[in-house]
Amino acid sequence: MDMNEIKEIFFQECEEQLAELESGLLKLNDGDRDPETVNAVFRAVHSIKGGAGAFGLDDLVSFAHVFETTLDCVRSNRLEPNQEVLKVMLRSADVLADLTNAARDGGSVDEARSRQLIKELEALANGEVPQAAAEPAPKAAPPAAAAPVPPVNEEGFQPVAFSFEEFETGEEPAIDLPTYEILFRPKSDLYAKGNDATLLLRDLSRLGEMSIHCDMDGLPALDRMNPEAAYFAWKISLKTDKVEEAIRSVFEFAEWDCELEVMLADDQAQAHEELPMQPVPFDLSMLDEEPRASVEEEDRTVAGERDIRELAGSAAEATSNVVQMTPSAARVPAESGRSAASAAAQSAASQQAASAATPTIRVDLDRVDRLINLVGELVINQAMLSQSVIENDTNGTSSINMGLEELQQLTREIQDSVMAIRAQPVKPVFQRMSRIVREIADMTGKSVRLVTEGENTEVDKTVIDKLAEPLTHMIRNAVDHGLETPEKRIAAGKNPEGTVRLTAKHRSGRIVIELADDGAGINREKVRQKAIDNDLIAADANLSDEEIDNLIFHAGFSTADKISDISGRGVGMDVVKRSIQALGGRINISSKPGQGSVFTMSLPLTLAVLDGMVVTVANQTLVVPLTAIVETLQPEASAIHSFGANQRLISIRNSFCPLVDVGRILNFRATQANPVDGVALLVESEGGGQRALMVDAIQGQRQVVIKSLEANYTHVPGIAAATILGDGRVALILDVDAIVAASRGQALKPEMSLAAAG
Amino acid sequence: MKKRVLTVDDSRTIRNMLLVTLNNAGFETIQAEDGVEGLEKLEDANPDVIVTDINMPRLDGFGFIEGVRRNDRYRAVPILVLTTESDAEKKNRARQAGATGWIVKPFDPTKLIDAIERVTA
Repeated sequence: MDMNEIKEIFFQECEEQLAELESGLLKLNDGDRDPETVNAVFRAVHSIKGGAGAFGLDDLVSFAHVFETTLDCVRSNRLEPNQEVLKVMLRSADVLADLTNAARDGGSVDEARSRQLIKELEALANGEVPQAAAEPAPKAAPPAAAAPVPPVNEEGFQPVAFSFEEFETGEEPAIDLPTYEILFRPKSDLYAKGNDATLLLRDLSRLGEMSIHCDMDGLPALDRMNPEAAYFAWKISLKTDKVEEAIRSVFEFAEWDCELEVMLADDQAQAHEELPMQPVPFDLSMLDEEPRASVEEEDRTVAGERDIRELAGSAAEATSNVVQMTPSAARVPAESGRSAASAAAQSAASQQAASAATPTIRVDLDRVDRLINLVGELVINQAMLSQSVIENDTNGTSSINMGLEELQQLTREIQDSVMAIRAQPVKPVFQRMSRIVREIADMTGKSVRLVTEGENTEVDKTVIDKLAEPLTHMIRNAVDHGLETPEKRIAAGKNPEGTVRLTAKHRSGRIVIELADDGAGINREKVRQKAIDNDLIAADANLSDEEIDNLIFHAGFSTADKISDISGRGVGMDVVKRSIQALGGRINISSKPGQGSVFTMSLPLTLAVLDGMVVTVANQTLVVPLTAIVETLQPEASAIHSFGANQRLISIRNSFCPLVDVGRILNFRATQANPVDGVALLVESEGGGQRALMVDAIQGQRQVVIKSLEANYTHVPGIAAATILGDGRVALILDVDAIVAASRGQALKPEMSLAAAG
Repeated sequence: MKKRVLTVDDSRTIRNMLLVTLNNAGFETIQAEDGVEGLEKLEDANPDVIVTDINMPRLDGFGFIEGVRRNDRYRAVPILVLTTESDAEKKNRARQAGATGWIVKPFDPTKLIDAIERVTA
């Protein structure tokens, strides 16, 4: 793994954290005051900041820092996260997302906006609550290696930091290096926290030439000795070219747990008198050697004579003994309580494990796609095998057939499982929508609340990815055109805050996404007038409410009087409809004046396989998506009625339904087929209308693997995709909605005209 | 023998950076995602030194350090705390909990290894 891969992981993680951040803030916005929610929000920003720092993404770090500081105020209850505060925070989350994207993909962010938010965040942290003024200003944070505050000893003496660097200019450092006298007296806490005097002395020795004296005055008799206490102190004289700060920084980790005095020795001779020792370089190798003298043998009266190395060695050894003895000493009293404690710990651990999410792994999408492709091939292969066995094996009861059936079942199961791998909750897309709503609400001055339901509904990743764009556009429309201004809402006796409800649910093998607003609903008069003005419908056309509503999906239709900045970007609802259709989905609208509109999208759960009815039309094999078919029937001559020049109707249970000749529409044949010779498939098209598709014969029902026509050939009107059948032949999958739409104009055109429907 | 480092951090990014840095420096690295997992892995990891984050779900760094210091076998293991800023308050709380030292994020490899060398023999 290299840094680039880690960076990629970082950005992935950022996305998760940003989602976490947003959902947490939204929860707070809904009045959730669970400290864990606040913590999660804080952690998200903190994590982003931490990682960003590692990659030197300074813009991201400084913004995250200010954000974090304000969140910390919320966490410590110094700032009440009311609606106003959360508004700022949600916008900050948006900017944080922008900064993250800019850091990943390049590009710039709206700097004025982020500066403005930094100001607002700082105001929240500082202004609103007086105590919060104590918060360190983000830029004023001391640098990492700042000197620790020198400890004050019992006498109240605080050493003054002193730099010698200026004195050293022009002098020969080797000759006149300053010597420091250091008194280091560890407290037992120093060992308890995992520090080791020996190691500190080792580090100190690296600064220069060092001699050391261990003061063992405090050491009690062995029977009164507490193995965990600290009895030794060290007097060190260190000849170094480093400043006092460098010496103190050696003891940085230990500064709380020891007494430390660092003084410049003004009279070295005096120091020699006081300390009965020779200045001998501190030898690190002693740390690794076996003890050569025990503590009892030490007699400090002869210390002057002794090899100072040995002294240092035993002192060090004694120190590390303290550490080593720690476990055994504490073990005995702790032993009795251990079983109870461990049992408690175990139950706590299992509880926590239960509450934790199920383990997941992250897999490259390419691998999953490859697997899906392979399974697709497997399905085709299995179908081919079945077919050739059936063709060659006439009695049909052999064990081969049994095995084949099992194989078929297994293949199906494998396919379902693989599809499940790609399934993802729609949550990320829904979360992105809340930002869109906020932005448009800001721009239009409307007050909007987004309610999402069924966020965990799962659907194929490709569908999710392609869902964001149409959904964004529809949300924009809902807020911009659907909802009224607060004043109008109040006048209409509604809550000034409009609600946009985004719902996802599974329904009969498809995912249904609903977008409902409680706005004014579609102004049918206006829509109708607009359609007449744009020559979309005849002025005297008699349209049902539903048909008028569906006019908004027509190409080039926009009801806003002026093209607004928000929804009028040259993209109309027709584009939305087309992208939904490209996903094999359908979109519907229902609207009630004064109560709002509901857009309903129904999408396939996966784009990789499809349950289809294999049919024959003019000697061509076609596949009709099973989801579109309501029923199949054998038309009788008496049920067929001619209508107009070349339209026909079929009467089914006392209602009439237009008959659509698929072969004619796809130009497979020039003349109309006789309905009595074929089979009619009753299909439900968008808008709720039913049509009877006429085909020559039904071959059977089969699961087929979808192969994109666009990717391999080019888009063919009326055809959704292609597939490979069991016999190895390519079959086209019908785009039922396109066929039905074309049937209205009796020919398939790339731009289907709705005007003819009137 | 390789020195063993137990790293406890909820951020995948930081965990991976620690892993790469420590492995390159010849340490053996055992990872945990939060304080709870850190304590669970303590026995198996048998670390020579522990590097932990403060802000973590389930059990934060303070709680984790206290947990380690209560463990009879591992209470003398040096623990280094990762702090994002030189936040004195957080550092002090970590020390009260029993941290041996700290590393200020963002860390470069030298800084990290220096701090570890400083608390291990």
